[in-house]
Amino acid sequence: MPQGFPLLSVVTWLPIAFGVAVLALGSDRRPATARWTALAGAVLGFLACIPLWTGFSTAAGGAMQFQEVAPCMPLLNVNDHLGVDGISMPLILLNSFMTVLVVIAHWEVITDKVGQYLAAFLVMSGLINGAFAALDAILFYVFFEAMLIPMFLIIGVWGGPNRVYAAVKFFLYTLLGSLLMLAAFIYLYLQANGSFEILDFHKLPLSMTAQVLVFLAMLMSFAVKVPMWPVHTWLPDAHVEAPTGGSVILAAITLKIGAYGLLRFNLPIAPDASHALAGFMVTLSLIAVVYIGLVALVQSDMKKLIAYSSISHMGFVTLGFFLFNANGMLGGLVQMVSHGFISAAMFLCVGVLYDRVHSRRISDYGGVANTMPVFAAFFVLFAMANSGLPATSGFVGEFLVIMGAVKVNFWYAFLAATTLVFGAAYTLWMVKRVVYGEVAGAGVAALRDVGAREFVFLALLAACVLALGVWPKPLADVMNPTVLELLRHVTVTKL
Amino acid sequence: MELMTVATIAAFAPLAGAALAGFLGWKLGRAFSHTVTIASVAISLVASLVLLREVAAGNSFAGALYTWLSGEGYSIHVGFLVDRLTAVMMVVVTFVSLMVHVYTIGYMADDPGYQRFFAYISLFTFAMLMLVMADNFVQLFFGWEAVGLVSYLLIGFWFKRPTAVYANLKAFLVNRVGDFGFLLAIGFVFAYFGTLDYATVFVKAPTLAHVAIDLVPGNPVALGTIVCIGLFVGAMGKSAQFPLHVWLPDSMEGPTPISALIHAATMVTAGIFMVARMSPLFELSQTALSLVIVIGAITAFFMALMAIVQTDIKRVVAYSTLSQLGYMTMALGAAAYPVAIFHLMTHAFFKAVLFLGAGSVIIALHHEQDMRRMGGLRKYMPVTYLTVLAGALANAGLPPFAGFFSKDSIIEALHLSQTPGAGFAWALALAGVFVGAFYSFRLVFFAFHGEERFDAGHTDGHDGHGHGGKPHESPWVVTVPLVLLAVPSALIGWVAIEPMLYGGWFGQSIAPSATMAEMAKHFHGAGSMVLNALGTAPFWLALAGAGLAGYLYLVRPDLPAKIKAKSGVLATVLERKYGFDDFNDWFFAGGARGLGAGLWTWGDRTVIDGIMVNGTAKLVGWFAGFARRVQTGFVYHYAFTMLLGVFALLTLWYVSWYGRF
Repeated sequence: MPQGFPLLSVVTWLPIAFGVAVLALGSDRRPATARWTALAGAVLGFLACIPLWTGFSTAAGGAMQFQEVAPCMPLLNVNDHLGVDGISMPLILLNSFMTVLVVIAHWEVITDKVGQYLAAFLVMSGLINGAFAALDAILFYVFFEAMLIPMFLIIGVWGGPNRVYAAVKFFLYTLLGSLLMLAAFIYLYLQANGSFEILDFHKLPLSMTAQVLVFLAMLMSFAVKVPMWPVHTWLPDAHVEAPTGGSVILAAITLKIGAYGLLRFNLPIAPDASHALAGFMVTLSLIAVVYIGLVALVQSDMKKLIAYSSISHMGFVTLGFFLFNANGMLGGLVQMVSHGFISAAMFLCVGVLYDRVHSRRISDYGGVANTMPVFAAFFVLFAMANSGLPATSGFVGEFLVIMGAVKVNFWYAFLAATTLVFGAAYTLWMVKRVVYGEVAGAGVAALRDVGAREFVFLALLAACVLALGVWPKPLADVMNPTVLELLRHVTVTKL
Repeated sequence: MELMTVATIAAFAPLAGAALAGFLGWKLGRAFSHTVTIASVAISLVASLVLLREVAAGNSFAGALYTWLSGEGYSIHVGFLVDRLTAVMMVVVTFVSLMVHVYTIGYMADDPGYQRFFAYISLFTFAMLMLVMADNFVQLFFGWEAVGLVSYLLIGFWFKRPTAVYANLKAFLVNRVGDFGFLLAIGFVFAYFGTLDYATVFVKAPTLAHVAIDLVPGNPVALGTIVCIGLFVGAMGKSAQFPLHVWLPDSMEGPTPISALIHAATMVTAGIFMVARMSPLFELSQTALSLVIVIGAITAFFMALMAIVQTDIKRVVAYSTLSQLGYMTMALGAAAYPVAIFHLMTHAFFKAVLFLGAGSVIIALHHEQDMRRMGGLRKYMPVTYLTVLAGALANAGLPPFAGFFSKDSIIEALHLSQTPGAGFAWALALAGVFVGAFYSFRLVFFAFHGEERFDAGHTDGHDGHGHGGKPHESPWVVTVPLVLLAVPSALIGWVAIEPMLYGGWFGQSIAPSATMAEMAKHFHGAGSMVLNALGTAPFWLALAGAGLAGYLYLVRPDLPAKIKAKSGVLATVLERKYGFDDFNDWFFAGGARGLGAGLWTWGDRTVIDGIMVNGTAKLVGWFAGFARRVQTGFVYHYAFTMLLGVFALLTLWYVSWYGRF
């Protein structure tokens, strides 16, 4: 890779360009063209990310790498400034990988407006990469808001019967939060003497009041995205109505942007407020873990159950961040990547069943293992990962967060560790009712096992889940310098 | 060969076998599956024996395979610690596992899930070896959860049965309750010791164990006590100690070979092994030991009582296992850790024999498990009968069978121990000897002696193959493992007691304790131990238990039913398992569901969505409806509003300019 090659721009714009191409090429009369073009775009997009991993320097500390700066709106001093560190780089890889899976997963499933569907995903993939790489607040804001549009369309056009309510709820919920974030950005811009550079915001001295207000304004935006209790109720509705691919991206990637925002903006810009509000944030996170874990237990819709499980697992992420120690934060970050794999896998599994039976209700299933043994093996594996079994990725993050929590306050760890029981209870109870037992009726009796295409995406995810569980060190090594730098940064008061 | 390589082969050979059988077995067939898994476990056994010889020669070693994770100031490895404790466990695990593998060829011969079963039991062997060979807490926890996973898969092996998939979920969740304590204890170790490697933790333990921690403000507790109790909660789950014992009887839904391997000989003893491994920590907390001894005593006695009323042959053995695990736990509580491991070893052999023997009967009777439909089998199944008899004698603790040496040592340890609660435990342990001998011989007499009752229940003829004929002895793949397990059940106690308990076998691998030192003073060889025992209470209690069983099931077989009818409440209490299952279903399972439903309908749907989200939407709608009325379309309305605005602005300007009205 030559020095100065705009890798991050490529990573951002390549999928978008392919998205536009798919839109231009593939009408409903030629779905195959759209599909293959989209697959090419997704795979190229992922391949383009690989130099980010191989060329990433862990010796650089927390510094931004692969930086690019170009003026964008000189009048307001908005720059096209991109760069990644150990937090954002793995998330870009995760996103590009998921885009490939989503394209594979749609193949025989989506038959209506294929080109538009795939274009929406490719464009969204590029926008998300842009949001992760943006080092200019306005640039981030634009990507952050723009990605709502394709997701809104995906839910609203290809969604279930109640899709309009879900799409509008999703859109308004998230938009409301982000407007406050924009206000905070403008305030910071004025304080920073006309700079929208995020790294300038990090260095900006702010009074306690200003920090708390800025923190809360940005929190409104990110908490909705994560989602944190009590602004989480859009997520189950959105998941239930979204097509499988939408759920995958929503759970695996979109939620991570909220957590990423907390790390990129809230903690470094308002460190004193972050410390002051840590108890509040930890409380919300623990409510998410325990309360949502119990709520997940009584869901009768598989997608809703997994959606609630997502919220509960994301509670671990925010809990880890606000413990202010290396284990907690690293655990939260690993959990983000791990949850990307596991939630995607769970939603894809439900998708596999839904494509055949057209029901997400647990009670419509039973004894699936009799007719779909290969699928059942995958489903049990992912369920175990969702329950945090060691040697799966699900364990690593939860383990590190609990280790970090004991250091801070035993009772945090106590409440967080209840997920060992509740997480296993809601996941495996679902497995029991769906996979095990006698064949529950004609629907299950007629099931055929996973085909080659489905096997590919399930096996890829299984490999990721196991690899990250058996050997998390490479990922942790990439994240660690950034985590330590960030922790060092937030111990320095800005008052 | 490097010892580390041998250890790696020992651990990973069964994983390779499991992978081959699991991924290729469906294609390459049954013979391939059992050959490859048996070969892999045999390799593992040989490697374990090599390691046993090495550690006996004093070559204990520890080493890392790779770094799992490293962070600020610590790194966590996957590695092995092979010392004398580990080597004993490895040989026991791989030997019993090999026997069970061979036995399975016969037991599962008709099962469509043959290959899957072999893949699972080999995977289990791998997980169990990782557990016992771990040199740090994370790997221990990995092995701990992995054996739990395989146990889950195997209890639910016949996944069409509702009872089986209920039992496996229950087993997993109850174990998770234990793991909850286990993980928090690991958290404390990590937070205060800064490492999760055994060696460093044990070195630092004496200085850190007495650090006071305020879990509840104003009530400082020693760090050592917190850690040990947390670890023991984990052991209670895995080793099925009261009140987390409830999953083990239900686990009998799994095929019999795994009841022998997992739910008797190896996995359920992981908790015992873990406490012995952590003995340098437990030695530092009398409080924790006291809890251990009391829990063990309750389990040993009250679970034994339940075995009396069972008629399912496997459940008798299951409750017997619970009781024996209680004995091991008591030994741990008495700080006689080597005695616990000794009983673990003898129990692994004689309980495997009892389970596999029960399984042999079950297949001979075409999957009949009810002892009321057995009787008189010794004539038809002499090998099974004799091996089960050896197992029962050992289980009853009669000399010179293996169980006698280990059980008597436990009672001796309880007698000499300084742990608070040891007296209570000693009394229950003695009472338990009587009960243990009674249920053991009840099983033997009920199933193998007396009148033949096995034809009675088969009028319905539920499947096609050869009912009506007499039962016959099982094939050699079943009987050979039985014999190979029965021999150590009979002899291993006599051979091993002196080196293992008093010859300093465990060396540095288990912390020395006052109890062991005291016991050594009273020990004068295996032979004199047998002779001395003839004059002590445990022997006569065991004999009395066996005698009572003989009277009730051989001499007066009409009596048990009459006694049961008379005993009313007591029998009901035992048959309802002291009400634990009912209570757990109602309180924990029902309570969690009720709470979840309440939070969902009330919290999420009514308050958050109903009032906050949709309420906001309604408010906006209402406000918009109001605001719409202002937009009348009449020019003079707008002009008037504008006039008001201009007036307000002028006023504002005036006030801010002159600072007054």
